[in-house]
Amino acid sequence: MNMTQTLNVPMSTSGSSVKTDSGQLPAGNASTNIKLSASDVRVFYGQAEALHGVSLDIVKNEVMAFIGPSGCGKSTFLRSFNRMNDTVAGARVTGKITVDGRDIYDPSVDVVLLRAQVGMVFQKPNPFPKSIYENVAYGARLHGLAANKSDMDEVVESSLRRAGLWEEVKDRLEAPGTGLSGGQQQRLCIARAVAVSPDVILMDEPCSALDPIATSIIEELITELKKNYTIVIVTHNMQQAARCSDRTTFFHLGDLVEIGDTAQIFTNPQQKRTEDYITGRYG
Amino acid sequence: MNTPNNKGYAGIEAKVKASLKRRQREETRFRLFGIGAVLVALALVASLFGTILSKGLPSFWQSTFVLDVHFDPEVVQIGPKPVLEAGEAPAQFNERDLAWQMELGFVDFNQLLINALTKHIPAAADSPRDAMALITSGEHFALRDRVVADPSIIGKTLRLNLLADANVDVWLKGNIDRSLPDDRQQLSAQTREWADKLSADGVIKNKFSTAIFLNPDSRSSLAAAGLAGAFMGSLMMMMIVILLAVPIGVASAIYLEEFAPKNWITDLIEVNINNLAAVPSIVFGLLGAAVFILWFKLPISAPIVGGLVLTLMTLPTVIIATRSTLKAIPPSIREAALGVGASKVQATMHHVLPLAIPGILTATIIGVAQALGETAPLLLIGMSAFVSSIPATPFDQSTALPVQIFLWQGNELRNFFEGRTSAAIIVLLALMLTLNSLAIWLRRRYETRW
Repeated sequence: MNMTQTLNVPMSTSGSSVKTDSGQLPAGNASTNIKLSASDVRVFYGQAEALHGVSLDIVKNEVMAFIGPSGCGKSTFLRSFNRMNDTVAGARVTGKITVDGRDIYDPSVDVVLLRAQVGMVFQKPNPFPKSIYENVAYGARLHGLAANKSDMDEVVESSLRRAGLWEEVKDRLEAPGTGLSGGQQQRLCIARAVAVSPDVILMDEPCSALDPIATSIIEELITELKKNYTIVIVTHNMQQAARCSDRTTFFHLGDLVEIGDTAQIFTNPQQKRTEDYITGRYG
Repeated sequence: MNTPNNKGYAGIEAKVKASLKRRQREETRFRLFGIGAVLVALALVASLFGTILSKGLPSFWQSTFVLDVHFDPEVVQIGPKPVLEAGEAPAQFNERDLAWQMELGFVDFNQLLINALTKHIPAAADSPRDAMALITSGEHFALRDRVVADPSIIGKTLRLNLLADANVDVWLKGNIDRSLPDDRQQLSAQTREWADKLSADGVIKNKFSTAIFLNPDSRSSLAAAGLAGAFMGSLMMMMIVILLAVPIGVASAIYLEEFAPKNWITDLIEVNINNLAAVPSIVFGLLGAAVFILWFKLPISAPIVGGLVLTLMTLPTVIIATRSTLKAIPPSIREAALGVGASKVQATMHHVLPLAIPGILTATIIGVAQALGETAPLLLIGMSAFVSSIPATPFDQSTALPVQIFLWQGNELRNFFEGRTSAAIIVLLALMLTLNSLAIWLRRRYETRW
């Protein structure tokens, strides 16, 4: 407990200390490139503290993976970045989270705008029970991103293309989104998130309900999406984290145990607990 | 445990087989109990419907005279209804009008009927009392209304369908023991004899009668007593319930389920709503009498008060059912909508509510059907009164279908109103069946979208 507390603290700024070498931002990135930043974030569910003061930075166009055993707080932490925890009764977030340097828990921040900027893909594919077209168009229409029908068609097409789904569904845009296969549904959800032009996409175990083929498609997609978006992905699948992320953060029991380049985390973990986890000794 | 020194697999198999037999027996027994229960329930329902239909359906066909009535100018000595002339003072016109109405009141329309009957039973003129007992007493007013509506029929002969008296109907349908002595019969020997003769001659026919649908309740002309007043009363109350209970109930449910903070106040509200749903309906009647009639000074026996009372009674049902429907909508849909930047209201209105509509419709229909069949609270706000007119507005005196059933089954002319009561039950059930079919149709319509 004590050990991890000391570990968490120095994560917040780029020029920090001792054990954070591996947690440093990728070379060549100035601190101005920081997209998301968390400092001393604690999340409470009622009286219970689920996350014990986590600090980290995520830079533009990187894929950050959160790994750790169930109940370690990684999903909770992820959901703090677009304030989805607000919807959970009794949940409370303290500390500071910034997106582009702006405190998103500031009372002046409109949560609707925040969620347009920080999109989210959920664990279980959850398309609306509407047509494929409507699924993608919904968010864009809400935010007034398309002036007319042809604009909207364009938004829908480009979003579906980005999600790698266009070729498969272009002939049946009016078919129900819920009629697609699990993997297609998840890509539809990605298209839906992309359609509102976010900068950041949060993915909460996006492949946990998918088969290996659908999973590999999504992983390729993540690599592709990285060019335009900053991606934070929570996963139980360590191979997945190894395959598609730039940096990896390991959480355990509500603490940030270790953060570093993905290659380093998986080949040369600095912490005993990280090593135990990635070698499958627990978790 | 399959310990090595046991008899091996064979021993286990024997054990499993023994227990398997027992389990199969249990299953068979359970299935038989289930089938038995369903059969008993079906038999009860069948006997209920059988009784109601066998008693009620014949009541839609009533003994009806087909008579050629001559509007004899000798008998009907009356000019056309006065109209206001140019330059005439209103008072003067009123005087003329009153005089005309008095004159109309003196016209003996019964004589027209006796004249018509005499053609078939020549002795009718000699004992008009026995003759008039054949035709229900309201019919001479029907003749009068025809003359008022169209004075040109005076002097003409019209073939009219006239309802026989309720007792004649009972006699001809065999709903009374024909062997009873005269002093225990409801009709005189003469009238009974004539009824049989006219029936045999085809003057009295068993015809489908619209009286039960088109007329209000009546005590003077029992054969013409109908459900129209009660039906309109029930219809108005249902409208009020739908217009008030559904929007208020659904809105409350949405607020409580989707928006309200979870704290002791909302807990208290929830407990109260659940308790209200269990309050005996007659208590709502007392509440209605105290609040709407004594305090708000709304009229007694009016559908508006009944509708408000039933609304109060239905609200908890609608709220509870709508909430459970909303609870059943997967939270992933809400998350999805919030995740793309929908506000809470948008997520609810665009996604949660459309998915909940089939459930809300079912809840609504259940609530409304329950309200439609409710009798007890209406007794306490005066809706069990005898009302012989059809209400035109919700503020008019009225009764309701279930109350009408209650009133009719207590009528002293048992052997006529037993059938009438069952007929009223059939109308009520038909109305409920229509409502339920509507609910199912609506639900299907919204469900088949996906």
